[in-house]
Amino acid sequence: MAESITVHKVLDAKGLVCPMPVIKARKAIRDISLGQVLEVQATDKGAVKDFEAWARQTGNELVDWTETGGIYVFHIRKAKE
Amino acid sequence: MSKANGVKRIALIASKGTLDMAYPPLILASTAISMDWEAGIFFTFYGLDIIKRAKLDHLKVPSLANPAMPVPVPNIIGALPGMTAMATMMMKNWIKKANVATIPDLLDICREGDVRLIGCQMTMDLMGVRKEELIDGIEVGGAATFLEYASEADVSLFI
Repeated sequence: MAESITVHKVLDAKGLVCPMPVIKARKAIRDISLGQVLEVQATDKGAVKDFEAWARQTGNELVDWTETGGIYVFHIRKAKE
Repeated sequence: MSKANGVKRIALIASKGTLDMAYPPLILASTAISMDWEAGIFFTFYGLDIIKRAKLDHLKVPSLANPAMPVPVPNIIGALPGMTAMATMMMKNWIKKANVATIPDLLDICREGDVRLIGCQMTMDLMGVRKEELIDGIEVGGAATFLEYASEADVSLFI
């Protein structure tokens, strides 16, 4: 699944807690074009629910997310300018 | 949603000037703008300290009548001199350890993101606060200013 996604920008939000991961994601997604994918790496345990909500609210697409050893990796496709 | 252009809005009142109570309005406003909402905070009474240059980085945690402290302190001990400073120092250590953003950081994020920050004129008159004592980017207004803004909000909270 994840292999087929081309990531255009990576945001390292590891170690950050609410609300910083979504605030940094908002800034980072400005740097990519429509249709491109932002990868966010986070360790905040609330990040899954927060990124699901954040994607719905901003109109961007949360393509997938995985968790390995406490590190969450989100793929967010920019769907709105 | 209330606004014709479809952009969501949160209108917050910050009425407390302690370190713990400064967080909720700033976190909600900064998160709201990260989700492309509009956000505004009305700073009234002790909440005005959050936007005072001299105070914002020195907000304190009350040691008295605060049974929720992770290290509970009996009120008779909490009333002793130096206990507020101690409770504040403990909280600041936890904030640092957990890598939680500081109040000045969150204020900067709010200002960069065009959160509407309104200082309460009446409180300023009451407490003798001059506009120069507030951080840059503050608009001064009264209840009518806030209510007009809040009348088009989707979420409105008193903190």
